[in-house]
Amino acid sequence: MTAVVVTRAGTAGRVGLSAAGLLALLLAAAPYLVTSDITHTLVDLFVFVVIATMWNLLAGYGGLVSVGQQAYLGAGAYAVIALSVHGGINAFLAVPLAALAAGLLAVPLSFLAFRLHGGYFAIGTWVLAEVVKLVTAQIGPLGKGSGASLTTVSGYDPDIRVAYTYWLALAVAAGSVTAVYLLIRTRTGLQLTAIRDDGIAAEAAGVRVRRAKRLVYLIAGTGTGAAGAIVCLNTLTVQPESVFSVQWSAYMIFMVVVGGIGTIEGPIVGALLFFGLQQALSAQGPVYLIILGAVGVAVVLLAPRGLWGSTVGRTSISVFPVGHTLR
Amino acid sequence: MTWVNAVVQGILLGGLYALFATGLSLMFGVMRIVNLAHGDLSVLAAFLAFALIDALPLNAFATLVLVVPAMAALGWLLQRFVLQRSLGAGQLAPLLVTFGLSVVLQNVLLEVFSPDSRALDIGGLGTAGLRLSGSVSVGWFGVLCLGIAIAVLVGLQLFLARTAFGRAMRATSDDQETVQLMGIDHRRVYATATAIAFATLAVAGVLFGMRTTFDPSIGPARLIFAFEAVIIGGLGSLWGTLAGGVVLGVAQTVGAQISPAYSILAGHLVFLAVLVLRPQGILRPAAAR
Repeated sequence: MTAVVVTRAGTAGRVGLSAAGLLALLLAAAPYLVTSDITHTLVDLFVFVVIATMWNLLAGYGGLVSVGQQAYLGAGAYAVIALSVHGGINAFLAVPLAALAAGLLAVPLSFLAFRLHGGYFAIGTWVLAEVVKLVTAQIGPLGKGSGASLTTVSGYDPDIRVAYTYWLALAVAAGSVTAVYLLIRTRTGLQLTAIRDDGIAAEAAGVRVRRAKRLVYLIAGTGTGAAGAIVCLNTLTVQPESVFSVQWSAYMIFMVVVGGIGTIEGPIVGALLFFGLQQALSAQGPVYLIILGAVGVAVVLLAPRGLWGSTVGRTSISVFPVGHTLR
Repeated sequence: MTWVNAVVQGILLGGLYALFATGLSLMFGVMRIVNLAHGDLSVLAAFLAFALIDALPLNAFATLVLVVPAMAALGWLLQRFVLQRSLGAGQLAPLLVTFGLSVVLQNVLLEVFSPDSRALDIGGLGTAGLRLSGSVSVGWFGVLCLGIAIAVLVGLQLFLARTAFGRAMRATSDDQETVQLMGIDHRRVYATATAIAFATLAVAGVLFGMRTTFDPSIGPARLIFAFEAVIIGGLGSLWGTLAGGVVLGVAQTVGAQISPAYSILAGHLVFLAVLVLRPQGILRPAAAR
């Protein structure tokens, strides 16, 4: 009788994971190697990785297509202003607290949003984001409609400030990907995968679907809130119309769908591609968004598994192995 | 009396919301598609009317004769060649496709027509009205919109209830696979339903354009109003949509009476209250769910 060996990762996975770890270390050294202009721009990339990873957790694993995650992004950004400018907390230390605040906001909102399903859930989350925006724009200390500035970091040397923001952004990005990767490998992750494939069958098999979905919604809210806090630190201002813009949802959807929904690697590939496109094309104005929308539609119709899913995903190669392999 | 006036204006506005929401409701009812480009398509209709008035010596109302069939044709083609492809691929695909379409439409309009605010000129009709008392007056244009909304809803109701094609549409909504066994091409039903939905949203879009100014970026805000009207009224009921539109309209005008900044927020809050207290909609008994 041959012994059956069950393993998580193949050689590719071990190589890939090690490479990812090395890359993270290399990126951490960047503030010593390149100018602060470059690190300042790279923070955008990390924010994209975070929001894409979180939206993928929500839609790709939880089956919750939200068009309202900008509610949490904006809440995270505004929480930094509230905690730091008004609460006297160090702006960098305010980031985890701001993420937590966004996660807490997700608790009551989840009860409202979960009244709706499918497409109506999508617009419902959008309405909730609009409500959060309109209410925020009524608060006097937060600058009402014209927004507020993060004045508490003006004491830092600009290079140091950008470096701190960069490390924080890198940590949040690496942390988000790791957290989702580890979550998907747990029992809850298995349940989520079952829900993604067939919600009704999963429920019949004893999965507590609502509970699992709510957990995913809260995690995504917290992670997106952390991204919003980073956005606030990087731009030093918040405005209701920009941090609560539905454009953020358009970006998340584009990155996840084009990269490959329902995989850990896909959103990262999507974020890299989107970051590249933005650097190359954003000067073009509307044309850039037309291309973005059209490419998104084409991918959904022609290659629904996305870039990663229809190429590497077809092979057994996986950088973040979530399944088991029999040998 | 200013409050009474606010309620009256809200009811008139609500008619327009209901007319606009009908298409969203119809597409969901028949195909289970939530069209996230619904608002942008109505803005497209208004810009088509605007371009026609610019190019031809046409009255704003006369543009409907050209805009409505054009939008219906666009709907038919879009369903037949784009949305139909997305239907087999789970509930995610149609949402993503219509959201992508919304981004494309908004930016194409921005590129072609610039971000300037526009309006469709209807001359004296925009301001003419009947003064009922000191502070309550009813604008003829508002009454006309409500009348058109009710006429379209009655027409649609009769079409669905009395005609063979309406029956086919209801049957397809109930069970698409069985309908195919009966020799009905469900793709044709879907394309026709989308054409009807686009025709109604085109009428609403042009009327919106006569009522207030519009620019390429207001589509999403309108989509949200349509959605709120549908949910407040209860899914799958045309008369519910009318009631939902009126409730939303009244909430917004009464909110605006308190402070202009509260207009939109008041509408959202009424929507959330309905979601919490009567998720089945205001017109439906709880047992119907």
